[in-house]
Amino acid sequence: MENEAGALSRVANLFSARGYNIESLTVAPTDDPTLSRLTLVTYGNEQIIEQIVKQLNKLIDVVKLIDLSETDAIERELMLVKTRAVGEQRAEMKRLADIFGGRVLDVTDATYTIELTGAGSKLDNFLRAIEKDAILEVVRSGATGIALGQKALHA
Amino acid sequence: MELITGAEILVRCLKDEGVEYLFGYPGGAVLHIYDALYVQEDVKHILVRHEQAALHAADGYSRACGRPGVALVTSGPGLTNAVTGIANAYMDSIPLVVFSGQVPTALIGNDAFQEVDAVGITRPCVKHNFLVKDVTKLAETVKKAFYIATTGRPGPVLVDLPKDVTIAKTEYHYPKKIKLRSYNPTVKGHAGQIRKAVDLILSAKRPMIYTGGGVILSDGSPELIELTQLLGYPITNTLMGLGAYPATDRQFVGMLGMHGTYEANMAMHHCDVLIAIGARFDDRVTGKLDKFCPTARIVHVDIDPSSISKNVKVDVPIVGSVPNVLRAMISVIRDEKLRSDSEALAHWWRQIDEWRAVKSLSYRHSNEVIKPQYVIEKLYQITEGKAIITSDVGQHQMWAAQYYLFDRPRQWINSGGLGTMGFGLPAAMGAKFAFPDEDVACITGDGSIQMMLQELATMKQYQTPVKIVNLNNGYLGMVRQWQEFFYQKRYCMTYFESLPDFVMLTEAYGHVGMRIEKPGDVEGALREAFAMKDRTVFLDFVTDPSENVFPMIPSGGGQSEMLLAERDEMVSTHHEGMVLL
Repeated sequence: MENEAGALSRVANLFSARGYNIESLTVAPTDDPTLSRLTLVTYGNEQIIEQIVKQLNKLIDVVKLIDLSETDAIERELMLVKTRAVGEQRAEMKRLADIFGGRVLDVTDATYTIELTGAGSKLDNFLRAIEKDAILEVVRSGATGIALGQKALHA
Repeated sequence: MELITGAEILVRCLKDEGVEYLFGYPGGAVLHIYDALYVQEDVKHILVRHEQAALHAADGYSRACGRPGVALVTSGPGLTNAVTGIANAYMDSIPLVVFSGQVPTALIGNDAFQEVDAVGITRPCVKHNFLVKDVTKLAETVKKAFYIATTGRPGPVLVDLPKDVTIAKTEYHYPKKIKLRSYNPTVKGHAGQIRKAVDLILSAKRPMIYTGGGVILSDGSPELIELTQLLGYPITNTLMGLGAYPATDRQFVGMLGMHGTYEANMAMHHCDVLIAIGARFDDRVTGKLDKFCPTARIVHVDIDPSSISKNVKVDVPIVGSVPNVLRAMISVIRDEKLRSDSEALAHWWRQIDEWRAVKSLSYRHSNEVIKPQYVIEKLYQITEGKAIITSDVGQHQMWAAQYYLFDRPRQWINSGGLGTMGFGLPAAMGAKFAFPDEDVACITGDGSIQMMLQELATMKQYQTPVKIVNLNNGYLGMVRQWQEFFYQKRYCMTYFESLPDFVMLTEAYGHVGMRIEKPGDVEGALREAFAMKDRTVFLDFVTDPSENVFPMIPSGGGQSEMLLAERDEMVSTHHEGMVLL
């Protein structure tokens, strides 16, 4: 969408005004300084998704809209988790982080801070795998994604 | 090149855009703009008495003549007063360009005097809006605003102007054309879809054409008339679409929807192919969705893709402008000499004529008390069906839609989507500016008229004579009607125990006031009023307070579940219906 003040709030406003759900929303600059990319995860039946697509396209600031769920695409999300890590927990937590391809970014004598990237479902699985009481704080970036293959925004 | 101020640039833009009238109200943040207006005569500024009226007048002007309406308000309360008018235009897709003053850019966000976040407040009820922070972007932004407001599905666009931007100087250059990479409405319909639509339309045994405000906004009436008469199919118009097809023609079966005619709603319910054109399947039209046109396959022509399959799933969608798509349909039919099923059509018309014979708009006449329907019928006769009619919102609006037969587009001006009481009078004034030589009448009620009464002063100042037809029943009639039917006659807050003497009030503003209490005086009073060409006349008709609007589909009912006057037992609607109210 256009990198203009208010563009993000037009999108957010549309979802709240029409009662659509926002699961996650990320927005950041792109290689083109006049454009920013907004990735939004939502859910609904076919009719609702069709309306969401049409309503978003109607916003003047939206330049192009791609439904990544309709193509082969990669989804990635970043998660930072601060966990309790004392005694035997320390080895177990490190092992789980390794299994999920995570990295320990910060260590104290009682905690680990773990970084994990992947599809949202993988991050969910990690949180399920570790002991519930061990979770001290979870920070998730929200999903971003890109189509597979040669298909691209500029191509 | 010469450097001029932002305020001067704005005025030059308006002139170059061909703006004739600017409806507005001054204030601190727009003082520079008013100073720039003072030294020129190209753009005529109309000083209203309330910002909401500026918007409604610009709106009425636009609906009457098709050009965009333009309004100017100050920051803070000026803008918030305008919001109702902006939302009203948004719901009915009226092209308006609204300029609002704003505190200087350095003060934005500081809770400065008369500061509101205009762009934020109006965001949900504009097609688009802009905050101009740099004077070098001003002219281009104004051009964009007019372009966006008037193309595609039209709508209001707001341009918020901080005071320092109106003072800063730059060179003036107004772009002739503008292109937006993210906005390019589809005008031409898809040829394959048009072919598919024509095949479906001609295969119909029980066809029905249903058209809305989009036909009027796109000036598609000639094409609609041609197609409808070529096909010989029955046609109904929505409240917003009245006048797109001549109401006096035999193929017209009346308005549809909650207070539509029996024949229109029955034909909708029983049709096998529905041709929807520039209409948006509004809840007042469809009634209960799962009972809507149960046997129909649907063609839908609309310029706004998001209107298609929003409420009702359609079989053949066509995105495009109405005249464009209809012209393409007509050529396919003519070029290939295609024909509809005339035998089935004759049978269908016999059925429709049976429904017509029910005479669903008949009402009980009276010699003692003035029936509101009678006033509208007489108004229709005396103006020979030629006046521009504006209306407020309520029972009188429905009676106007039912009993005044509109034969041409842009003749009927009402607040359909938002249902804004107070719209009628300023809209009539706006229409009169557009067509000073035409008769303009505002059909209103004692509730609505009091919401914008102050505009009588504006109408005096600018000599815009309008005939105000007040159907005065002492009640907020439409709400009273619902309380009668669905709230066991508990008339909570719908009776005005005190009403002003409208005759004296009108005279205080310098106009003519008349009070009419007997049915026998209705016609004479109307004749007298319309004979006074250059005066605004307030006709205060004291009407039957117990009269209700029929036919009626209670909220939650299906199209075929209509209540007719004096015939059906009123049944309380179920809970779902109550929620829909």
